[in-house]
Amino acid sequence: MTANAMQIQVNGERRACRSGSTVGDLLRELEINTERVAVELNLEILERKEFELRDLKEGDRIEILSFIGGGAPTILGGTRKA
Amino acid sequence: MQDDRLVIAGREFKSRLWVGTGKYKDFAETRKAIEVSGADVVTVAVRRVNITDRSKENLLDYIDPKKYTILPNTAGCYTVEDAVRYARLARAAGVSDLVKLEVLGDEKTLFPDTAGLIEAAKILIKEGFIVLPYTNDDPIVAKKLVDIGCPAVMPLAAPIGSGLGIRNPYNLKIIMEQVKVPIIVDAGVGTASDAALAMEYGADAVLMNTAIAGAQDPIAMAEAMKYAVHAGRLAYKAGRIPRKLYATASSPIEGML
Repeated sequence: MTANAMQIQVNGERRACRSGSTVGDLLRELEINTERVAVELNLEILERKEFELRDLKEGDRIEILSFIGGGAPTILGGTRKA
Repeated sequence: MQDDRLVIAGREFKSRLWVGTGKYKDFAETRKAIEVSGADVVTVAVRRVNITDRSKENLLDYIDPKKYTILPNTAGCYTVEDAVRYARLARAAGVSDLVKLEVLGDEKTLFPDTAGLIEAAKILIKEGFIVLPYTNDDPIVAKKLVDIGCPAVMPLAAPIGSGLGIRNPYNLKIIMEQVKVPIIVDAGVGTASDAALAMEYGADAVLMNTAIAGAQDPIAMAEAMKYAVHAGRLAYKAGRIPRKLYATASSPIEGML
């Protein structure tokens, strides 16, 4: 870890990040299209306009979520063969 | 039935079949099944973005939110806190204020925790959400959900993914009689006749996922469900004949030799 890097947690995984990065910087680095994602910073849900304004700091926990296929919780596999 | 539109919280829906988007082989199959079903409401779940493998495609690249009403659910949530958190995240991800609220009580049955459901619904309605609650086939709970401001209720036919069909038709009928908001029968449908029956009882719509996605041929089943829901709705509106124990001749006796 270099002097200008810090450790954060993204979707439950530790990750190095440049000091002074904003949430927007991180999303760009991860190549995430911000159009339909929700971002939670230390359990606080951010509005999209806040992405560029919020600085990340050491130990921050970020969750990035989006929509996936769902209707019913998938505990049953259905009858169809894969 | 061009003018037979379903209206919930001021929103108009063309289709009375709503479908989930889980369990399909791939997004192409998901898209095709939804197209064939004619559904204009599709449910989606909210989950972590895969940040290590960005090659993964996005569901909404396949299902155009301009064409379909995207209904995020809180599937997999077992506490009020989790359900509220996921609903807020869904709204933040930017589709709408709509949420299909699920607070599950038990992993084996996936039955709703109705006490938790009411509590979570109250919180979300206060925050401006349009809450469509996945609930049990319990008329009293359905009434409570309407009283706190849910613009529709979604009682189950049977456990999610069970394919058992309508387990408790009399309770569903009581809900339909006593609750003055649209009733969407959600979960437990196994095949087309189950969906038709729900509509014949007077349901305003049917929501299903596994019955289509888990069929041997999901695309064909999607089409079958479209006709079943339509036929059931027509039969309900047409008004069925009463059941009688004995025969009534269809042909006149007059003119016989």
